[in-house]
Amino acid sequence: MSTTAVERPAPRGATEARRLRAGGLGALVAVLVVAAAVSLAVGPRALSPGEVWHGLFASPDADGGLTEIRLIVQTVRVPRTVLAVVAGIALGIGGSLIQGYTRNPIADTGLLGVNAGASFAVVSVIAVLGLSNPFHYVWFAFMGAGAAGVVVFGLSSIGRGAGNPLTLALAGQGVTVFLAAMTTAVALSDQKSLNALRFWNSGSMAGVGFDVIWPVTAFVVAGLVLALSTLPSLNLLNLGDDVARGLGVNIAVSRTVGILAITLLAGAATAACGPIAFLGLMVAHVARSLTGPDYRWLVPYAGLLGAVLLLVCDIVGRVVVRPGELDAGVVVSLLGAPFFAVLVWRGKFRSA
Amino acid sequence: MNATDVKPRTIPGVRVGQVSFVWRPWLVGVTLLLAGAAFLVFCLSIAVGDFPIGLSRVMATIVGRGEQVDEFVVMDLRMPRALAGLVVGIALGVSGAITQSVARNPLASPDILGITGGAGAAAVCLVTVSGGTAAAVLSTVGLSAAALVGGLGTGLLVYLLAWRRGIDGFRLILIGLAVSAVMEAITTWLLASADIRDVARAQAWLVGSLDNRSWDEVRLALWCTVLLMAVVACVAFQFKPMHLGDDIAAGLGVRHARVRAVLLLCAVLLAAAAVSAAGPVPFVALVAPQVAMRLARCPTPPMVASGLVGAVLLTGADLIARAALPVTLPVGVVTAAVGGPFLVYLLVRANLR
Repeated sequence: MSTTAVERPAPRGATEARRLRAGGLGALVAVLVVAAAVSLAVGPRALSPGEVWHGLFASPDADGGLTEIRLIVQTVRVPRTVLAVVAGIALGIGGSLIQGYTRNPIADTGLLGVNAGASFAVVSVIAVLGLSNPFHYVWFAFMGAGAAGVVVFGLSSIGRGAGNPLTLALAGQGVTVFLAAMTTAVALSDQKSLNALRFWNSGSMAGVGFDVIWPVTAFVVAGLVLALSTLPSLNLLNLGDDVARGLGVNIAVSRTVGILAITLLAGAATAACGPIAFLGLMVAHVARSLTGPDYRWLVPYAGLLGAVLLLVCDIVGRVVVRPGELDAGVVVSLLGAPFFAVLVWRGKFRSA
Repeated sequence: MNATDVKPRTIPGVRVGQVSFVWRPWLVGVTLLLAGAAFLVFCLSIAVGDFPIGLSRVMATIVGRGEQVDEFVVMDLRMPRALAGLVVGIALGVSGAITQSVARNPLASPDILGITGGAGAAAVCLVTVSGGTAAAVLSTVGLSAAALVGGLGTGLLVYLLAWRRGIDGFRLILIGLAVSAVMEAITTWLLASADIRDVARAQAWLVGSLDNRSWDEVRLALWCTVLLMAVVACVAFQFKPMHLGDDIAAGLGVRHARVRAVLLLCAVLLAAAAVSAAGPVPFVALVAPQVAMRLARCPTPPMVASGLVGAVLLTGADLIARAALPVTLPVGVVTAAVGGPFLVYLLVRANLR
């Protein structure tokens, strides 16, 4: 896609395009619903659609077999599916926003050290304060994620590096390696935190209850509201700072709000389900090829695509290595890295 | 720089038969000093421990005139570790110097190019998959061999994926990042699905450590490094003109694609050998060439000096980790603590210029 080729379609063409995009959004929602339904049914104990329905809506005083199904559906599958949808939306939108604000096609929450920051915060807190409940250390993961993201952002935007994909990627990688070594140092001295870390680290949807999901969802919703409020000015920012200022955008405010939104979205998703890299990057590129550069369309597309992709990866992870499970974060990486390599190969990151 | 500053500076050249090179007293002096420093740190690393031995006695023992007691402690207990530090440091330093020169980017290092990640994934795979059954094999050379194969395989994969009508530094780094992400994902998954005791062992190896080196592991890394350094020394003469750009190098009669391929292969093998002996010690390959470049006042990373700086860094970090810190930590933690801020400094400096 070339951003320089600006077409100026006739008004009727514009409404046509708008209708097409709205239809696309509707189709994505439909796909998401189907994926969610499949996610409820697939697992070590496969359920038929009827059983899923019963598990969701049957009255509490049903017979023994049904209560088992109720147990599976309501305490395992539903939280997992909800989390995948929430985290997917957050990561997808976070990824597309990051690319918009940095004007950097390589930007991704996973590549920005956000994950490593969260890991480090988690082990430090477990080792130092002795917390064992995920509900407690999730908040520290959130803070660590935000701090690392801001540091990498800041480092890569000092001086001339602001628009350079390589600078951002390397700053992220450097901070990640540094934090990972520190994390290992803590984890090695404390087996309890090592044990907690290795599960959290693989980006799993499983085993997270609604006590974690609701607060995380609240953060994601807050991030979404902020994100949606900045979309028009983000479009203008992408014309260049000078042009945007001339058109009446308060650049400092817009950037700050944007970074706050990204930190909320990425931090919350990372805190809940562990590090998931490449999802935002993939989704943002696919969304851009579907909608073009208009962020008012691109961002909703990216959010829905992110949710669908994360759900599908989670389902695939449940199926491929039975009786074990491949965590969703691992599946996303295995899918995302080749995607990234193809983008590199086709020269998509040249625009520095 | 003022226009008046630019005047032709004559640097004396030396010609011996077919070979000619530029005589740079500063570079030679710095290199000799670094060699001395590396030897000093090496001896210190042997001297410090639960049973301290004086430096003079260490040196006497090394040349074969020590007492019986010292002989045992120095040659059997401490020598493998100190030698591993030296060899791994040199291998990582030279490997980093090569990758940074080829990619023409101060931040390209084997860590970033995914070589250490691949070696780590292979080693963790061996530890977790084989479990207790292959414990005897593991304790000797199995882990090293797996790391070597993993590092080499990943290096070749990155090279092949980045190849598109020649190698371009930018593409090489980005593809390396992608491949190391895959390796990281595999490692994480293996760790999550393994037994907790295996995980602790794998994790200790993954951060890079010189603990409990045996002569077997060190010998493998030593011979690999010596052999590869010989190859690098032969090719290095051809490499110098390539800093002027591919076209000029071709005009000067250098087959740049071939030279670059051979050098990169050597860099990958050196890094893999280093990782197989000490685990993926982070940042040494990144920091050493840059420090050497600044010390030697060269425009590009000097190979020999980079290797020596690497040795000083790694052995020094190991010394600090063992003796100066209240808790004993793997050497990788110390190099990361030093290397991370250094990387940040490099980035900020490159951007501010």
